Amino acid sequence: MKVIYFDNNATTQVAPEVFEAMRPYFCEFYGNPSSMHSFGGEVAGKIRQGREQVAHFLGCHPDEIIFTGCGTESNNTAIKGILAAAPGRRKIITSRVEHPAVLQVCRELENQGYTLVEIGVDKTGMLDMDRLEDEIDTETAIVSIMHANNETGILFAIDKIAELAASKGAIFHTDAVQGVGKIKLDLSASPIRLLSLSGHKLHAPKGIGVLYVKKGTRLSPFMAGGHQEAGRRAGTENVAGIIGLGRACELAGEYMDDENTRVKKLRDKLENQIINRCSDCRVNGEAQNRLPNTSNISFEYIEGEAILLMLDREGICASSGSACTSGSLEPSHVLRAMGVPFTAAHGSIRFSLSRYNTEEEIDYAVEKIPPIIEKLRRLSPFTAE
Amino acid sequence: MWEYTEKVKDHFFNPRNIGEIEAPDGIGEVGSLACGDALRLTFKLDEDGRIKDARFKTFGCASAIATSSVLTEMIKGMSVEEAEKVTNKDIADYLGGLPEQKMHCSVMGREALEAAIENYRTGGRKKHKLEGRVVCNCFGVTEKEIVRVIRQNNLSSVEDVTNYCKAGGGCGGCRGEIEKIIGQVQNNKIKEAAVSRPAKPHRLTNIQKMQLIQRTINEQIRPALRAHGGNIELIDIEGDKVIVAFREMCAHCKVAEFTLKEVVESRLREFVSDKLYVEEDKQSQERHEHRD
Repeated sequence: MKVIYFDNNATTQVAPEVFEAMRPYFCEFYGNPSSMHSFGGEVAGKIRQGREQVAHFLGCHPDEIIFTGCGTESNNTAIKGILAAAPGRRKIITSRVEHPAVLQVCRELENQGYTLVEIGVDKTGMLDMDRLEDEIDTETAIVSIMHANNETGILFAIDKIAELAASKGAIFHTDAVQGVGKIKLDLSASPIRLLSLSGHKLHAPKGIGVLYVKKGTRLSPFMAGGHQEAGRRAGTENVAGIIGLGRACELAGEYMDDENTRVKKLRDKLENQIINRCSDCRVNGEAQNRLPNTSNISFEYIEGEAILLMLDREGICASSGSACTSGSLEPSHVLRAMGVPFTAAHGSIRFSLSRYNTEEEIDYAVEKIPPIIEKLRRLSPFTAE
Repeated sequence: MWEYTEKVKDHFFNPRNIGEIEAPDGIGEVGSLACGDALRLTFKLDEDGRIKDARFKTFGCASAIATSSVLTEMIKGMSVEEAEKVTNKDIADYLGGLPEQKMHCSVMGREALEAAIENYRTGGRKKHKLEGRVVCNCFGVTEKEIVRVIRQNNLSSVEDVTNYCKAGGGCGGCRGEIEKIIGQVQNNKIKEAAVSRPAKPHRLTNIQKMQLIQRTINEQIRPALRAHGGNIELIDIEGDKVIVAFREMCAHCKVAEFTLKEVVESRLREFVSDKLYVEEDKQSQERHEHRD
């Protein structure tokens, strides 16, 4: 059966061009870029090129790019590295809807005695900016707010928040894992000090991430060891991953218009058709101010895992904010923070598209989804016969 | 991705006996939208008192639907006395097993059946009601229910109990209590304790005391407050005086004074020292009032 992949916020297909760029660096040019011989030295040249490609795409200087193992590592490095370098400030500000790669890091630091403030969102998913402005003070070491929410696609005003933080001498970090490659981001004139991105969310392979660190930002290294990445991240470079990410960034630049026109249109079609054909469902999150590829829809009175398994049988891959295990009281911390009622939160499904999706796939999904929803509704004790 | 048996998949994709019987002899309801799963079971008896028809309606994940479907199949043809003896383990076994984290679905099936049988006998209690002392407040699970899943499934860890009846899966505040219950039921043949209650130390240095207070707040107090949207911060320790500040929901809460004594102080006394007393940091309180 053909796989229809609508789960690109989880991970993406490696672009064939990216794979081709990486291919020679496994069996042929496998040298260590730190070596003295020219065999390794040539590889170092390719890493330099990858760094330039990433920097060019983000609008920053190549020296401001640190390659890491993943988005989670970038987030850990940013938050812990800033705190370690600013011992006089003990307050961390983040949002209630962050990815666990930020939220859990912050909560762990709270247990170590730091003061943590989690800013809430309203029912459209927008951040409480008044509260945020109120909380940022001269005690604040770091403000970490995501660029785009992974579950709803909601975008946050990161440039504005970065300015607020800077006005009190606090460092602003953004987890931009979901936004990079989907909407334009230019760091050249931005007050953002640190930014995390992850390769596998923009058609590069898993296992490569980036932390952008603006020049002049004091940051303690997270990984100790060798002198790689100018002493800021020890460990032999993921050579093929870096080369692949460089190429992926180049492609992301080329496809940026496509993401924001064709992909957005496909997403809107999918969303509108589902809403029109199924009763009792709602789109979670502010409609305009969000990623062009993401749609989070709640189907009331039915449960997410059951929907996913039914979709899976039709070859459609999506995801659900609710992981129904015994220990999950909260269906999705993001939807609950938005005040989505339990009737809708348990049955939320996230569809996230990419440039590889086609109109035919949307048409197929739109045919398959309504009968699945109806079937599960017939089973539910909360819907009338 | 869960690993479900073919039988679970079959009953999920092709559920049997969906719906509700009109004028049933017994009706049982369990769960709610908030809990993430709910089941309504109805049955009708024939002249000999055997279950002639049984139907279900379920809100929940694939295994919740499959266990409901298979339950209706199992009890058809049984007398009420026979149906009464069906355990959650019987239901899970009939499906060829369930993932550990999904065992609570089989317990939900048994609870609904029980409620339906009682409804048939007494005409009352169609809803599964809480009997006795509630241990887990997040999911409303009683001591009696916990003892029962431990006995019927020979459970030996807190994690198991959470998987089978959800107790302990919310704020985690009752995990110590569940461990005690397991100890009593299993006569101390506990495999390995998931949560171990540290024995209260006899003598502590200042540094040790401070660390233990911080740890107790992190592990025993904050999770319970977080479950209600609140938070707590340790401001200072002066001798036996522990100064804390409430955050988030707790900062605006009318019963914060009660929480301070009943939750914070009593836990600190239990885990660290009987001499401790707790005060709220006035400065940070003023700051919060100022903001409102």
